[in-house]
Amino acid sequence: MAITGLALVAFLLMHMSGNLKMFISGEAFDHYAHWLKGEGDEGGILYPLIPQGWFIWIFRLGMMAVILLHIYSAVTLWRRAKIANPDTYVAKRRLAQTYSARTMRWGGIILLTGVIFHLLQFTVRATLFSGTADAAPHEMVLGEFSIWWMVVAYAIWMVAVCMHIRHGFWSAFTTLGANTSLKAQRVLNGCAWVIAILLYIGFMIMPVAVLTGVLN
Amino acid sequence: MTTTDIPAPATTKGGKPEDFYTLGEEVRDTKAPGGPIDAKWSKRKFEAKLVNPANRRKLTVIIVGTGLAGGAAAASLGEAGYNVLNFCYQDSPRRAHSIAAQGGINAAKNYRNDNDSTFRLFYDTVKGGDYRARETNVYRLAEVSANIIDQCVAQGVPFAREYGGLLDTRSFGGVQVQRTFYARGQTGQQLLIGAYQALERQIAVGTVQMYNRHEMLELIVVDGKARGIITRDMVTGEIESWFADAVVLATGGYGNVFFLSTNAMGCNVTADWRAHRKGAYFGNPCYTQIHPTCIPVHGSNQSKLTLMSESLRNDGRIWVPKRAEDCDKDPRDIAEEDRDYYLERIYPAFGNLVPRDIASRQAKNRCDEGRGVGPAVTEFDSEGNEVKVRRGVYLDFSDAIGRLGKDGVAARYGNLFDMYAQITGENPYETPMRIYPAVHYTMGGLWVDYDLSSNIPGLYVTGEANFSDHGANRLGASALMQGLADGYFVLPNTINDYLAAAPFEKIDETHPAAVEALESVKGRIDRLLSVKGNRTVDSFHKELGHIMWEYCGMERNEAGLMKAIGLIRELREEFWRDVKVTGVNEDLNQTLERAGRVADFFELGELMCIDALHRRESCGGHFRAESQTPDGEALRDDENFLYVAAWEYAGDKPVLHKEPLEYEYIELKQRSYK
Amino acid sequence: MNITLRVWRQANAQDEGRMVTYQVADVSPDMSFLEMLDLLNEDLTVKGEEPVAFDHDCREGICGMCGVVINGTAHGRGDSPVPTTTCQLHMRSFADGATIDVEPWRAGPFPVLKDLVVDRSAFDRIIQAGGFISANTGSAPDAHAAPVSKLKADRGFDAATCIGCGACVAACPNSSAMLFTAAKITHLAMLPQGQPERYTRVKSMVAQHDAEGFGNCTNIGECAAVCPKEIPLDTISQLNRDLIASLFKKDGK
Repeated sequence: MAITGLALVAFLLMHMSGNLKMFISGEAFDHYAHWLKGEGDEGGILYPLIPQGWFIWIFRLGMMAVILLHIYSAVTLWRRAKIANPDTYVAKRRLAQTYSARTMRWGGIILLTGVIFHLLQFTVRATLFSGTADAAPHEMVLGEFSIWWMVVAYAIWMVAVCMHIRHGFWSAFTTLGANTSLKAQRVLNGCAWVIAILLYIGFMIMPVAVLTGVLN
Repeated sequence: MTTTDIPAPATTKGGKPEDFYTLGEEVRDTKAPGGPIDAKWSKRKFEAKLVNPANRRKLTVIIVGTGLAGGAAAASLGEAGYNVLNFCYQDSPRRAHSIAAQGGINAAKNYRNDNDSTFRLFYDTVKGGDYRARETNVYRLAEVSANIIDQCVAQGVPFAREYGGLLDTRSFGGVQVQRTFYARGQTGQQLLIGAYQALERQIAVGTVQMYNRHEMLELIVVDGKARGIITRDMVTGEIESWFADAVVLATGGYGNVFFLSTNAMGCNVTADWRAHRKGAYFGNPCYTQIHPTCIPVHGSNQSKLTLMSESLRNDGRIWVPKRAEDCDKDPRDIAEEDRDYYLERIYPAFGNLVPRDIASRQAKNRCDEGRGVGPAVTEFDSEGNEVKVRRGVYLDFSDAIGRLGKDGVAARYGNLFDMYAQITGENPYETPMRIYPAVHYTMGGLWVDYDLSSNIPGLYVTGEANFSDHGANRLGASALMQGLADGYFVLPNTINDYLAAAPFEKIDETHPAAVEALESVKGRIDRLLSVKGNRTVDSFHKELGHIMWEYCGMERNEAGLMKAIGLIRELREEFWRDVKVTGVNEDLNQTLERAGRVADFFELGELMCIDALHRRESCGGHFRAESQTPDGEALRDDENFLYVAAWEYAGDKPVLHKEPLEYEYIELKQRSYK
Repeated sequence: MNITLRVWRQANAQDEGRMVTYQVADVSPDMSFLEMLDLLNEDLTVKGEEPVAFDHDCREGICGMCGVVINGTAHGRGDSPVPTTTCQLHMRSFADGATIDVEPWRAGPFPVLKDLVVDRSAFDRIIQAGGFISANTGSAPDAHAAPVSKLKADRGFDAATCIGCGACVAACPNSSAMLFTAAKITHLAMLPQGQPERYTRVKSMVAQHDAEGFGNCTNIGECAAVCPKEIPLDTISQLNRDLIASLFKKDGK
């Protein structure tokens, strides 16, 4: 759970930095997208160690494995908790748990739904609401984020993502044994907040810029 | 239904103390070998017969209780390879009341280089017990004390340490050397968890079978030997028989006979009392320790009293208002000249640091005079009329706060102040604490010899349940020492002398003695359930406790004790006529559990009063009004009472066997604190 | 004070169980919560009804035997200004006329035996799996043979104050006993005497924890919030650290 979770956080950071290339120029963004897929002249990542265009598929398989492992761990934990806790209290009151800690499971399901939609939209390009499926990547992004409700939907989805990371980041380090004192607990929770907020800003700044016409 | 088990209510309203008992033959410890005192234990260990390791697993030992004495013994005998059956009434062996001890554990390690030694610990313990303990046993206790600390550290008990990584010690209970090892204010907890873990390890390897939520209700004696016990499964109500080659009782003290005490709610005398009724002598039953610094009673529904460390008296000043009419005032509004710092007034040399018994008795005297403070609680006077009495005196830290600052006081006593605040809802930094004495420990218990064997062969008694080491008063930080000494080091080296002759004749449920024991338990339970009277068990227990506290507490006199015996007998008779026990046996029935315990407390209470009545001397924690110096201090009577009173059960009129005490190494001295 | 109590009544392990409402009059604010239950029980006994069964013993907050969920929090922590056991919770924490819900610990590995009494023997079995130092009586070296740094001794002590009451399990949404297990792991891991068995201990204790059917930890923190002895959450991280390290050690399974 912890290791796969942290891998996903690392992926998000990378993804975020890629998105921000939109602020350099549409061409830079397109170049980045092509480079990832190995469609450029230089042959893409790790070429010629691996054939041109293979990297993206290896990476996608890897990400798929990480996500599946993460889900598998989550389902196992959930199942065990259900078995361990068959009866609930008549009166319930929570003292310590944060909203994000409490919503890790249902929140995770919402996240997954969002991820599937996101992939259909920008990777498979099956659910585009603007333009055509053969548009250049930056044109597609500009088109989609010009729709106001699309930006709102992404803003809400990203809140869910970042909440999940807020608890997940600290929890992962605790599980890996890094929470060794009260001070460490504060530092880890602080880092979790920083990462979550950074990701939120990093991911939302570009769609907002598109919607408000700063990027076009 | 068998009713032979229940004594007929006695009507003896005696005129003279001698009418209440008969005098039997003297009893002697025959196990301590001759020779110099510092060689006796080695000699005894060498002379004791051994059991071949291969034969040990064929021998079964029953141990009742899982506190320091019982848990340590079960673990050690399990390690040795015996087949151990261990019982406790709680839901886990880790709950035993040893866990609540706060202060520390003495050991003659002399890590402080302050002139401590085995002999000095021995001397202090005998003197602290007011010369009513057996020299041989106490010397051995001091001798093995150092091994206890080694053993506990090896088990991972986190004693307090200094920055150099070595163990810290402090001075405790008025002694002049720093020999008390401690683990914050939770020494008992940490030592018990150590013993518990050692016990769980043996349970895991199968040498110890643990039975939680099982209460011992009878002893099985076959041909004069203790061969087993009867228990009640406290969840299902099943009455079961267990057989063994030897039985060890490590069942703690009986302070709950007073209803209010610092004991756990479940602490009881039933195991000891059942053994006593089967012939085991009860040693010095009237020796109870009253602790002066407890949080006072707040009302008639109070269920227990909480102890605060005596160290509070180092900096707190004890007082009551000079005038009774000031007693309901805010203490901060009472002017300095209207306060009576009575301990400083009466004992200028020792002041607030007088021994426990004096501090306790003087507090009671002030409250009896009507100068107590705090909420008034309902009591009954000698005519049986309801009266309201304030039971508390002030323990004032305002001088200490002035001298050390609030932070200074908090550094020393912060946890105690927090505890006080949580229980009373008052802030002791702002208003003086209120304290009152409470029953804390019982030095009396089943009589044992040097081997910790009772007079019933095969019945061993360890820890607070026996009478052996503390004489008439226990020194601070030595209860933990005795429990662990008995459990880890003494019993495992003496019980083999008896078990060497085992295995004994095989017996099972069909043996007449087992059948009789089982039937008597069932009969007793049936009888308790069939009374279907009107009064609750607790109401009887409270009334008994009140009688005991009033007449057999800190201060006793002949007329009061005789009256108490009469009152207890009447109340016992009423109990068997009018008690209300709800539910059935075949269930988790806490009312039934309590009823059985209270029934035995009645009989014990009576014996305690008879013992107190016959001991016409002030000694240890007890003040006998007829035995005092011209200025009103306790006066011990070595000429007539230098003996252990070992009582044999004989219905209403117990038989007194005296065990004379001989002091070869320590000179008898009268205490003085003026 | 007058209090309305809604108490879980369950005749035995097989019974369904239900909340039953009682009125308790003349409650003094100085009473402990258990003394208030005593008062109810005296009243029920006089009426000829069966009193409410609840576990308790020392009534000074150290034996760990008492413990019920009060108004949705273990030991009534939500109503208490300070960390507490049920026996040290006082009625002054409640308002006159209050309605108070009282329920047993609820977790699969803690089956209800009757009313508010549950079976916590799973904890003993976790300790049996390795929560000890194998030091037979009589085999100990001198107590000063192995100095312990004060920092580690103090951390070990903080963990060793666990009273095994089970509030952590009762409060945990996953019914995990990680805080209990981790407290023992941390206590023994901090001491030199605990080192030889350190990694086998963590493996076997965690295995037993799982075998008992407790859930796993998701670092939510409810356990530490209700713990009467304030066992810190970082003990769980210590357990995880030792568990991960143990995967690279040869000893143990």
